Amino acid sequence: MSTPPVLHVALEVDGAGSHPAAWRVVTGSSADALAPARLRDRVAAAENAGVTFVTFDDSLVPSAAGPAGRLDAVTRAAFVAPLTSRLGLVPLVHPAVTEPFHVASQLAALDHASLGRGGWFVGGGDVPGARRTLDRPVAAGADLLDETADVVTVVRDLWDSWEDDAVVRDTATGRYVDRDRLHYVDFASGGDGLPAGPSSRGTADGVRAPFTVKGPSIVPRSPQGQLVVVGRAGTVPGALLDVALVPDVAGADRARADGTPLVLVDLAVTLDAAGRTGAERRAELDGLAGGASSWTGSATELVDVLLALRGVVDGVRLLPSVLDVDLPVLVRDVLPALRVARAVPTPRPGATLRDTLGLPRPTNRFAATAATV
Amino acid sequence: MPDTPDVPRPHAHVHLGVFFQGVNHTTVWSDPASGSQTDFETFRRVVQTAERGLFDAFFLGEGLRLREQNGRLHDLDVVGRPDAITQLAALAAVTTHIGLVATQNVTYNDPADLARRLASLDVLSGGRAAWNIVTTDNAWTGENFRRGGWLDHSQRYTRAAEFVRAAQAIWDGWDADDDAPRTVRATGDTLDLEVTPTVPRSAQGHPVLFQAGDSPDGRDFAAGHAEVIFSAHGTDFDDAAAFAADVRARTVAAGRPEDDLKILPGTQFVLAATDAEARDKARWVKEQQVTPATALSLLGQVWGEDLSHYDPDGPLPAHDPVIEVIGETRGSPRRGKRPHEIAQAWRARAEAEHLTIRQLVIAQERERGFVGSPETVADELVRWVRHGASDGFNITPWLVPSGLDDVVDLLVPALQERGAYRTSYTGTTLREHLGLRAPLTQRVEAVARA
Repeated sequence: MSTPPVLHVALEVDGAGSHPAAWRVVTGSSADALAPARLRDRVAAAENAGVTFVTFDDSLVPSAAGPAGRLDAVTRAAFVAPLTSRLGLVPLVHPAVTEPFHVASQLAALDHASLGRGGWFVGGGDVPGARRTLDRPVAAGADLLDETADVVTVVRDLWDSWEDDAVVRDTATGRYVDRDRLHYVDFASGGDGLPAGPSSRGTADGVRAPFTVKGPSIVPRSPQGQLVVVGRAGTVPGALLDVALVPDVAGADRARADGTPLVLVDLAVTLDAAGRTGAERRAELDGLAGGASSWTGSATELVDVLLALRGVVDGVRLLPSVLDVDLPVLVRDVLPALRVARAVPTPRPGATLRDTLGLPRPTNRFAATAATV
Repeated sequence: MPDTPDVPRPHAHVHLGVFFQGVNHTTVWSDPASGSQTDFETFRRVVQTAERGLFDAFFLGEGLRLREQNGRLHDLDVVGRPDAITQLAALAAVTTHIGLVATQNVTYNDPADLARRLASLDVLSGGRAAWNIVTTDNAWTGENFRRGGWLDHSQRYTRAAEFVRAAQAIWDGWDADDDAPRTVRATGDTLDLEVTPTVPRSAQGHPVLFQAGDSPDGRDFAAGHAEVIFSAHGTDFDDAAAFAADVRARTVAAGRPEDDLKILPGTQFVLAATDAEARDKARWVKEQQVTPATALSLLGQVWGEDLSHYDPDGPLPAHDPVIEVIGETRGSPRRGKRPHEIAQAWRARAEAEHLTIRQLVIAQERERGFVGSPETVADELVRWVRHGASDGFNITPWLVPSGLDDVVDLLVPALQERGAYRTSYTGTTLREHLGLRAPLTQRVEAVARA
């Protein structure tokens, strides 16, 4: 008899919640909303409940409808890294917005600080206003998928640009590092506009400017070698992802066929809480800021829905409508029931996120090349 | 420290910071007590030791390309370090008071992104963040970035000033009264952008600005924009006092009170039970820093060729350097200098003093920092700050992670006995530790709190 497959539960912990009106039903100042203690408590609750990883949504350019205040996602993930020991930390970084070289360094540093629990939620979709905000061309529209493929590729190259054993500390020869185990990545992207710079000012929105990255990274290879790369199916080529997020189970087969090892389905939830049904709560939220698709029901009903997903997808990413209301129900009633049913893995302290997800630690692409030459 | 009336600042305290880690040959990685330069645990240990010693600040450096020499990656020194802001955010969670300073480049960062990341660190740390502003026009570093080597040398301080003003505008763009952002526009020769901030003010308003300029332009930039200058004048009192007087005059000329800019020279401490033991230890440290391979490498930098096959215990090369100027773009501290002149001087000294290559390189190493018993060094540090040669010191430990232990365990108590060092933190923000006023713009909340 085979063991039933486990279901990974991930959780989005950004802001007030996933419903566009969530921030309007939470009282207090922006400083209260962004307080470090609040972030710490939420992440601790997720870890204690056995969540596999949390995602931190983000955008450099605020949306007109959303809350005004938001801290940089990598910085938030790094802050909670030493305060946790089992939970994966997966901040969103948009590949067309942040410099590729900085993306690689920041996320590698997160992986070091978390002892191998870092991931990258690859941002997708156009970022209106990014060109004016950054003062350089920012790819959009039909070009964005190619741009994303290039950036994810060069970031992965940079993560491998140090072999694991590059630091040799050989006192006999005086060498701290073996330069043969460090690699230039010499990456050149596609794109057909002018390169970013003073001459590209005045370029229209959405132009894909070509770029190059020399390498090596400034950060030694991190504990996981490659961080876990998470993205919405269709926004990143499937073969470049470790975890694809799909909007419904119908998308799972397609994502697997595209070569992504693990597929998680996104599920926004508005739960029965505080004496009100999820449906009533959602109706109230929708009345404040338009409709948003969200599953509604009781904790018990959600447990049944999740148990039925076992074997269909590798996991689910829960997006609580209002974190302050839905998260307590998830950690008190939903995750414990899944644990009793042995439906979810129990992340071990000290395990890397790859370990918890059952993903192998990747071979270094440059070391592999060197061995075959 | 005699309490004489001619001491201009009789009640001044010594402020300490720690600079971790240098990618240069001053960090002795070969010592058995030397720990990992990469593991988070090492950083945690150093920052927590510094906080135990009531330091003002913990610094991280930045280098956006690995150093090279003669066309190859330099392999003899500590290399590789984390992204500064990311690492400091993690360290903010395991500390409560110490300031967290990130060195960040204005040429290869985007103002909107960097201002936001620094402000995020400032909020998460409860008002303990600072930005050490670095300028460059180095196209070789630019090979790692979208814009490439786009900035002309003559524009580097223009860029720095425009970038800093843009960052301040972004920080001030969050209206404290309305608790809401307004879109700000920043324009100049090197930028033109429009940003809607997403981060409210921190407990200290916004991050403290550090800068390490030393050229006349660099000093003027610091006098005009920075709140702390992190100088290289941390060894000789007269040199430091002259630097301090010059910087204060420039600060006043920039329309600011002279104590608006704090002076924290980078330096090194070698401590032992007695002054004589400390001098022996300092000699030993230097020998560890200049290994045989490092001696040949430093020689090769001047000669412009690989001299690693030479005998470090033999004579200097008889031939002249093969280059006219030392590598402009490879991260060398001697870049731009004239190798023929250096070689001539080195050969003359080696001949006169009968020195081998390694002995000569060790002899050429600058005497750096303070050497002595904790009492001797404490007296000297107190003399510096009470005569205005600096406001404190930014220490580069030569050994990581334990290199700060004797400073905290021996030197700090000696300073406290002299009434020249805090006995507990009296504030929670970096601005409060340094005795800096709140930032000048939109200070309503900060003033009301104070």
